[in-house]
Amino acid sequence: MLCSVIPHLPVRGDVDAPLHRKTSPAGSPVAGYYYVKNGYEDAHTLNAVTVVLGDYRGFDTLGETIVVFTAGAACLLILGRRRKS
Amino acid sequence: MIEPHPSPIVRLVCRVAARVIQVFALYVIFHGHYSPGGGFQGGALLASSIFLLRWGEGAPHKIWDLPQRVSFAVGAIGTLIFTVTGVFGLFSADNFLNYSALPLPGMSDAMRHYWGILIIEIGVALAVMAILVAIFDQLMNLQADD
Amino acid sequence: MLWSVELLLYVFLIITALVALEVRDLLAAAITTSVFSFVTAVLFAEFEAVDVGFTEAVVGAGVVGVFFIAAIVRTTRETKD
Repeated sequence: MLCSVIPHLPVRGDVDAPLHRKTSPAGSPVAGYYYVKNGYEDAHTLNAVTVVLGDYRGFDTLGETIVVFTAGAACLLILGRRRKS
Repeated sequence: MIEPHPSPIVRLVCRVAARVIQVFALYVIFHGHYSPGGGFQGGALLASSIFLLRWGEGAPHKIWDLPQRVSFAVGAIGTLIFTVTGVFGLFSADNFLNYSALPLPGMSDAMRHYWGILIIEIGVALAVMAILVAIFDQLMNLQADD
Repeated sequence: MLWSVELLLYVFLIITALVALEVRDLLAAAITTSVFSFVTAVLFAEFEAVDVGFTEAVVGAGVVGVFFIAAIVRTTRETKD
């Protein structure tokens, strides 16, 4: 079932794919178009990935950092308990 | 507790390669605006350079030992830098994590965004590096005797 | 990139995954997992997703391999099954 869908996917790097157009097929504007268009004027940063990760989607990165910190804390608690016993 | 490697050649290569990795990690963090890279990758590179030093030179080292308490505190500081940078936006009745509200005088909004991204990437790098080193220390049971 | 090189990378990816599953020595399995991550990173870089590939190379091939080796050093090297 999944393999039968593969030939109908858009080609990699296709400019006309729905992800890369200005508006989606339903008519709403696509976020990626805005990021590529306004990224440099908003933050004076050439790397668009950094702008998206650090600025437009900064809350995601904050959550990622907190997840890493919590994973470290949990690891310390679990492994440290085994040491004492 | 990791013993230092007996061969001096291995120890020398570990030291030199760890320095090269650290310089490259700083390049990745601070040049992340123009080339691929950023806080997470740079922090992981810093952590791997410390792993290399631990394997080569032995773990409780006289000069550059990083105790678990300190590394965990550095991780907390890194997360705190990120959060405080975001809270500045709330203080000026704006959105959370809006870098236009940072108290950097004499800059346009775009340059404030530039420096805001740099600050949060330093925070992410500190947190990732310290947490990875803390997990490694705990895994190797380096803090067994205190 | 050439499609033949890409096909070669895919074949190598499957081979390393199968070897990492089937091998008895746990140290060899850890190293093969690192090789798997590195081939994945090369594929990501070839898809022009350089940031993702960089993260995969650093974390998957470096740090996770070090963690696996640390766990093997702390426990045993031979698997029972």
